[in-house]
Amino acid sequence: MSDVNRPVSRPLSPHLQVYAWTPTMVVSTLHRLTGLALTSGTALLTWGLIALASGPESWSLFMSLASSLIGMVILIGFTWALFQHMMSGVRHLVMDTGAALKVDDSRKFAWFTFVGSFGLTALVWAAVLLG
Amino acid sequence: MSLKTPLGHVRGLGSAKSGTHHWWLQRVTAIGMLLLMIWFVVSLIGLRGASFEEATAWISQPLVSVIMLVLIGTAFYHMRLGIQVVIEDYLHGALRIAGIVALNFGTALLSAACLFSVLKIAFGA
Repeated sequence: MSDVNRPVSRPLSPHLQVYAWTPTMVVSTLHRLTGLALTSGTALLTWGLIALASGPESWSLFMSLASSLIGMVILIGFTWALFQHMMSGVRHLVMDTGAALKVDDSRKFAWFTFVGSFGLTALVWAAVLLG
Repeated sequence: MSLKTPLGHVRGLGSAKSGTHHWWLQRVTAIGMLLLMIWFVVSLIGLRGASFEEATAWISQPLVSVIMLVLIGTAFYHMRLGIQVVIEDYLHGALRIAGIVALNFGTALLSAACLFSVLKIAFGA
């Protein structure tokens, strides 16, 4: 394997910090960030299932933490991350077919994922808290 | 000795010798996750504030147990494929190999814990 950690003396192409943010950049970056966040969400899923498999005491501890204020803020965050990743994932699947690749379409689709993820998060938590 | 041309040996495989296998499974598991997570979120809304008895009764239903097992398998496979790409993008050399080994260990441990828990609840132990 080649050593790629050697110091770089040649000129490098500009990176993220020199560009003005666009919706398409945000949706792309968020896809990876929410994917990473959801990876820590699998630890939460594991915790919940282990708690349920371990007995009533561990389950009630898990539920009391999950329904505390901090617990709910974290769960709302995971809900949004899930829906944002889901919406931008669908955007990826659509674009894989060659559709929606024009600049204007891809920008509109990016906005659609934001509206969708916040909308679905609000819908789910309205159902949880008011239903 | 093969009669295939040198080009025929490598066509569609790329430098990693696996072609689009990783890419394709990422998409297949993505479609699976889309369906499974809609079911999961709707189910969790119904289970809000569930007692121990209610939650175990829900998972114990054969259909729910099976879908949960499929969900766990699909979710951890999809996660592993995605994190592998992130590791390959940002880590290099020995660190990359260590990262992917750690990813495989972590995925195996967490998914085994989830699968075992569902089976334990389902079989009512």
